Amino acid sequence: MNEMISITGISKSFGSKRVLDGISLQISSSEIFGLLGPSGAGKTTLIKIITGQLMQDGGTACVFDKDSRKLNGNDHRRLGIMMDNFGVYDRLSCYNNLKIFARIYGIRDDMIYSVLRKVGLESSAKSAAGKLSKGMKSRLRLARAFMTDPDILFLDEPTSGLDPVTADEIHKMILAEKERGKAVFLTTHTMSEAQKLCDNVGMLCDGHLIEYGAPDDICRKYDHQRMIRVHLKDGTETIIPHNRNGADKMCELISRGLTESIHTTEPDLCSVFMELTGKEISA
Amino acid sequence: MKNIMAIFLKQISDTMKNKTVLIQFVMFPVLTVIMENCIELDNMPEHFFAKLFAVMFVGMAPLTSMASIIAEEKEKNTLRALMMSNVRPAEYLLGIGSYLFICCMAGTAVFAASCGYSGKELISFILIMAAGIILSETAGAVIGIASNDQMSATAISIPVMIVLSFLPMLSMFNETIGKVAKVFYSQQMSLMINGEQSTSGIIITLVNMLVLVAAFTVMYRKKGLE
Repeated sequence: MNEMISITGISKSFGSKRVLDGISLQISSSEIFGLLGPSGAGKTTLIKIITGQLMQDGGTACVFDKDSRKLNGNDHRRLGIMMDNFGVYDRLSCYNNLKIFARIYGIRDDMIYSVLRKVGLESSAKSAAGKLSKGMKSRLRLARAFMTDPDILFLDEPTSGLDPVTADEIHKMILAEKERGKAVFLTTHTMSEAQKLCDNVGMLCDGHLIEYGAPDDICRKYDHQRMIRVHLKDGTETIIPHNRNGADKMCELISRGLTESIHTTEPDLCSVFMELTGKEISA
Repeated sequence: MKNIMAIFLKQISDTMKNKTVLIQFVMFPVLTVIMENCIELDNMPEHFFAKLFAVMFVGMAPLTSMASIIAEEKEKNTLRALMMSNVRPAEYLLGIGSYLFICCMAGTAVFAASCGYSGKELISFILIMAAGIILSETAGAVIGIASNDQMSATAISIPVMIVLSFLPMLSMFNETIGKVAKVFYSQQMSLMINGEQSTSGIIITLVNMLVLVAAFTVMYRKKGLE
């Protein structure tokens, strides 16, 4: 796997407020990286720095082994960016919305239909973007990010405010891009989304990357309780310690046919974030 | 050039479906044709309505359209999407500006035809109108950049538009207003179109241009396009 993004010691302040402080991470091809943090944590600022839209105060950000401040037009074509607050041209059709960017990127018209098909908007190609539902507008923004078949996708809160069905369809599209070898940089404050999609996550709080790694590894790392919760057939629940004594008790319950279901009590990303910061993350 | 053309073509598609912008390009030329053909009063100067509306058109259409287009793109965050697609601010402004210029020049053709201009008269009229359109577009760009949304752009552009469009007309009825109006390029345009071309008029127009370019530079440095 090739390293697509490498950032080291990135710092950024707006006035006296330090938004990012010494952020370092790497993202490879075929990797979905999730940057997690509450609103205002600096997620979008980091995307802007990596994509060369904003100058960092310190540190280096490299994309395709190139300083992000020196990215040229060809490099930008290899980046697909979908920001949460990007608008669409309401009066124009979906097709014409994409046509603007096709002209900018020098992409053939037939590619527009191919991208619309990919995001499930082919039948709405001639509908005015202003008349689309929120979910369909998100698909249109996603289509815009897919236009150049980019090597890296930056998706800023791609499913924010969407219904579960649409969110799930967008998740499938993101996973399909990963399968095609693309790197995906995802920001979200939905922990379940990160746990489902991401190979690695970084937790951002008050400008610091407080945790970094695979979601399961992080959850295991903070599994202090090490307990097993057992639902019994009589409707009660019992907590068993995750040790030799607990194993004996578990064997006994199973051999007597009393167990209904067995659950581990390892924390999820949400509880890890709370443990680390004392703050809630989910919207 | 590719990006300028993409913005230019985008604006054509968008304006065709945006009646509030479209009507500004159509209203004065249509009014001119109607008034010139329907109203005839004693002692009325030749092509009175065509010349009057031409000045009002220049003070209104390019200014309000430019301000409203930029402010709308800022408000809806479509401008950010363009900037992140490697469109430079200058390319965006040139794309929108050239589109509005061509639309306004189409209106200019209607005014020129209504006045029956030809030869040197026609060239002079076109040059005066072109200069006025560029100045109004610059003023509109300053307002668009200064505003965060369409509502604030409208709030600023309407009084500016009224001053530029109506002072030349009001100065016909009041000498004091005429003296005040002389400092504005639209009044100088009105005088030039009515055959009162003077060096001082050209100087005042150039000063107007310098002031607007300076305002644009200051505002752009302060707020940028996003």
